[in-house]
Amino acid sequence: MKSLGTYLRWDTAVGILLIAVFLAGTSSTDGFASTGNMSAALNDTAEIALIALPMTLLVVAGQVDLSVASMLGLSSALAGSLWDAGYAFELIVPVCLLAGAAGGLLNGWLVTRVGLPPLAVTIGTLTLYRGLASVVLGDKAVAGFPDTYSRWASSTETVPGTFVPYPIALFAVLAVLAAVLLHMTGFGRSLYAIGAQEDAAWFAGIRVKRIKLALFVVSGLMASFAGIVYTLRYGSARADNGLGLELVVIASVLLGGVDFNGGKGTLGGAVAGVLLIGLLNNLLTLNDVANEIRVIVTGLLLIASVLAPRAVSALAERRSRRLAAAP
Amino acid sequence: MPTATVLTMTEVPVLAARGLSKSFGAVRALQDVSLTLHAGEAHALAGENGAGKSTLIKILAGVHRPDAGRLLLDDAPVSFHGPADARDAGIAVIYQEPTLFPDLSIAENIFMGRQPRRTLRRIDRASVHDATAALMRRLGVDLGPDRPARGLSIADQQIVEIAKALSFDARVLIMDEPTAALTGSETARLFAVVEALRAEGAAVLFISHRLEEVFRLCRRVTTLRDGRWIATDEVAALTEDDLVRRMVGRDLDELYPKQDAELGETALSVRRLTREGVFHDVSFDVRRGEIVALAGLVGAGRSEVVQAAFGVDTPDAGEVHVAGRPLRRGSPTAAMDAGVALVPEDRRQRGLVMEMSIERNIGLTGLGSLGSAGLVKRTLERGRAADWAAKLRLKYGRLTDDVGVLSGGNQQKVVLAKWLATEPSVLIVDEPTRGIDVGTKAEVHRLLSELAAGGLAVLMVSSDLPEVLGMADRVLVMHEGRLVAEIPRAEATEESVMTAATGRGAKEAAA
Amino acid sequence: MSATVQKTDPAPAAGDERSARSFVDLVFRARELSIGGALVLLILCTWIANPGFLDDQGVEDLLLNSSILVLLAVGQSVVVITRNIDLSVGSVVGLTAFACGDFVSGTDHSAFVVVLLGIALGTACGLVSGLLVSFGKVPALVVTLGMLYVIQGLDYWWAGGEQINAANLPDDVLSLGTGDVLGIPYLPLITAAVLAGTAYYLRSYTGGRELYAIGSNPEAARLAGIPIRRRVLGAYAFSGAIAGFAGALWLARFGTVVADAANGWELTVVSAVVVGGVAITGGVGSVWGAALGAALLTTIGSALVVLKVSSFWQQAITGVLLLAAITTDRIVQRRTTSALRKRRRP
Repeated sequence: MKSLGTYLRWDTAVGILLIAVFLAGTSSTDGFASTGNMSAALNDTAEIALIALPMTLLVVAGQVDLSVASMLGLSSALAGSLWDAGYAFELIVPVCLLAGAAGGLLNGWLVTRVGLPPLAVTIGTLTLYRGLASVVLGDKAVAGFPDTYSRWASSTETVPGTFVPYPIALFAVLAVLAAVLLHMTGFGRSLYAIGAQEDAAWFAGIRVKRIKLALFVVSGLMASFAGIVYTLRYGSARADNGLGLELVVIASVLLGGVDFNGGKGTLGGAVAGVLLIGLLNNLLTLNDVANEIRVIVTGLLLIASVLAPRAVSALAERRSRRLAAAP
Repeated sequence: MPTATVLTMTEVPVLAARGLSKSFGAVRALQDVSLTLHAGEAHALAGENGAGKSTLIKILAGVHRPDAGRLLLDDAPVSFHGPADARDAGIAVIYQEPTLFPDLSIAENIFMGRQPRRTLRRIDRASVHDATAALMRRLGVDLGPDRPARGLSIADQQIVEIAKALSFDARVLIMDEPTAALTGSETARLFAVVEALRAEGAAVLFISHRLEEVFRLCRRVTTLRDGRWIATDEVAALTEDDLVRRMVGRDLDELYPKQDAELGETALSVRRLTREGVFHDVSFDVRRGEIVALAGLVGAGRSEVVQAAFGVDTPDAGEVHVAGRPLRRGSPTAAMDAGVALVPEDRRQRGLVMEMSIERNIGLTGLGSLGSAGLVKRTLERGRAADWAAKLRLKYGRLTDDVGVLSGGNQQKVVLAKWLATEPSVLIVDEPTRGIDVGTKAEVHRLLSELAAGGLAVLMVSSDLPEVLGMADRVLVMHEGRLVAEIPRAEATEESVMTAATGRGAKEAAA
Repeated sequence: MSATVQKTDPAPAAGDERSARSFVDLVFRARELSIGGALVLLILCTWIANPGFLDDQGVEDLLLNSSILVLLAVGQSVVVITRNIDLSVGSVVGLTAFACGDFVSGTDHSAFVVVLLGIALGTACGLVSGLLVSFGKVPALVVTLGMLYVIQGLDYWWAGGEQINAANLPDDVLSLGTGDVLGIPYLPLITAAVLAGTAYYLRSYTGGRELYAIGSNPEAARLAGIPIRRRVLGAYAFSGAIAGFAGALWLARFGTVVADAANGWELTVVSAVVVGGVAITGGVGSVWGAALGAALLTTIGSALVVLKVSSFWQQAITGVLLLAAITTDRIVQRRTTSALRKRRRP
């Protein structure tokens, strides 16, 4: 007999919830569904969405990277300090990305070669990278980045004929790539195996360490890229840019039904989680709901996201037991 | 159905189960099972995997609560609300895999949850320590009470578990396959302790797949099949065949049908393989069509040798050649590319991803070959799984079911399928039939024999001596990390293998 | 039910293994010793560079600055030892500090009432997290992250941009933060008492040992009949109570409290605990180590100020220290295992 969980998966539920929030917003709030607002709402989630992609892969493989927001800040601080020193923006971008990859490499190296738990490692590098950001830029704020790039990142410039801002368009392309990678390739299968039973994956000839290392590098790379997007979008490079954002990213991914213990979850679910938090925030802001209520809603959603699937399966089990007891 | 010998017992049983039933979801694990244990009795519980033995002992241990039925302790009904209740009632359980706290000391492990206390309910650390030292002396082992449990061998961990049972003078001792990972001498030591406990009036409930142990140790045996009670017999009135028939419900074919095969060229060649402190200077060859058994006591380093050969562990020195070409060290991928497959000993942790489906588990070893450009084609994945499931006569619901829902024997078939699907030229199997039921065991043996006949080189690590003697063309024996003997099929006897394994024989030159 | 409980009569055995035991104890203490050593070294070096670091005012500042973090580290380590984590502590401190301040502003309630209120509020928060983790069986990191948001949101919502001013607080409350006994301020004394009490409980009481057992092997703990849910719930309630207590002390110490007091402290507390040798994977470590870790992190901050190193470096140094601590632990553990392995067969 099939459990109830087979019929209603949590990631589907989040997708439905997302549509419900959209419809509720459209009918209740003027201007919510306008293209201008949609562009802004989407673009506001750009960094979270971008970082959520490698984060989903990491969590499926039973890992986590808490240092992403600090890396975003470090990348922003680097960009600011180099721009301040008069370097060309075309040079700054690859330098930031290189720093991101290096930061990810350090995380991955400590996890795979030294054999430390990812949570402990990335709490450490969370502090380290944010600290380095302070060292690089202090408490200065650098502004005045070139217009061509700033426009690219803003929500008012959209892909011609659509309401999609460029960072989100890029995210969409990357999301499709990540989905294919996770769900249709051998690499994706390996991630699930590593997340569910690492030893068994290693004994099946999967290059566990190399894969984990690669994931951390990609995560660092993406975080530093998000740092550039953030800097351009707000037009300001600061060491404390994106402070605490790592928790929002993880909240979004888990809300989308990716199991924190690894081995379960879908990329679609994670994307739905990101968009749900983004849209909800936008909707509540439009309705002049205070920021604090939004924070509470995010927290409750997060708790619900881990509690609900378990409650559903517990209910299903109770029901099937009752069925079994009745001859 | 075989007739049950009705025993008349006048004394009151220490522990009795009456009409126990238990379901997990839609699976009925136990239906109307009864069992009585008397003081001073060693009682065996027999049955194939999935017969409900584990469920029964977990009910007796207070881990599960029965859906129906009663437990009687000294003829008075009891209900256990948790393992602590059962323990307080004097029931000790030694599980197949020892359940210790690796970070805590041996003494703390033994007394966890019921430490002797001083004033103000503080733990009396000195008496915990001294009582543990006394227990270790009584068991005749040299284990310091303050040693952390991390790093103890399986046998020593079992000893700690037994010390735990001794420490509260258990009246009922339940042992779930305690000897599965023990060496001959360790088993003997265990049995001596158990026998002493029994003589002092404890009731012992003993589960083992090794029938000779049942016959040696126990007075009565209760057989379960498919979650139902089948019979309770006096052991003296039974033959091994009778017992097997009760367990599987039919007559069995010959257990070890090794066919003679034409030996081909050398497929696997291990040269001077060494891992410091684990095994030393191990060299041997395996030829196509040949089944070579790697025998020895548990802890002799056999699993470690094959794991290093396959590359999941990195050896410190030595080489492995497959079909004459050297393998890169510490790379399972390289070994797989060269045609080597390893079916590991620990099915649940290393053989399978328990929460993945049957088809994905079988596909896991061929992720590169199930499509093009790294993509996995679902039809190919499913086809591969369906093919092998049919070839190995796997019993399953759907291929998309989690592999965890299968019985132990069928799980082992999935592991075999996953590796045979790589079409290996060298198959290494580590304890291929441990903990699986007799029926599946015979199937696995037939399969290995057929594969060898088809030109596969098979290297088999096994602690099951009849299996080694029945299956192997050649027996390599390891003792304390070294290869000490190579015995051809004709000369391999229980005695010759054990003599070498215990290090008593003259050190014959290894291959 | 009928259950025969059999008490063990510990055999009166010789204490010849005693010396071996103290040696083993010493090895296990090595982690605390090295962190303590680093702390002493740091203080000494800073003092040599700037003797003002250890004058009366300097010592008092050091003690006061580290008190609250040490207190929180004690609460957190009890949770981490059970292989769980409590990320909500920072927000609980913020909430209780504000709530307590709001409650006593303009009144003349005693410090005792304020502390009691803080503890009660903190315990309530801890109980919610604990119930979700132990009975809901959901990952601790996720639940307490959710709780972090909820409590923080409640806090901001309640505060609504207001702040508590020291001028409105009763003197009794403020004296808790400024008063002293024989020259030692109350705060470090309170912290030391909580620390010693917790350490003694963890070492010498069944409940304390069971926390270690749960973190070391949850499955074995279940089979040993340890009441896991109750213990984990207790650990969270304790961590919450400590956070609430710390909130009340925060109010007393700083007098002026805005809604985002202690915002982001959760990760600092976890860092302190990990630097102090409490394994994030549970079952290993002591509250002494955690306290030393917290003291070390705070002292680094103070030392940087005294040494006139830009405070921008503080966080980076903390990060390096944390990584160095866990890396060293791991390498030592690996060396020991490998040495044991090689010794097994000469």
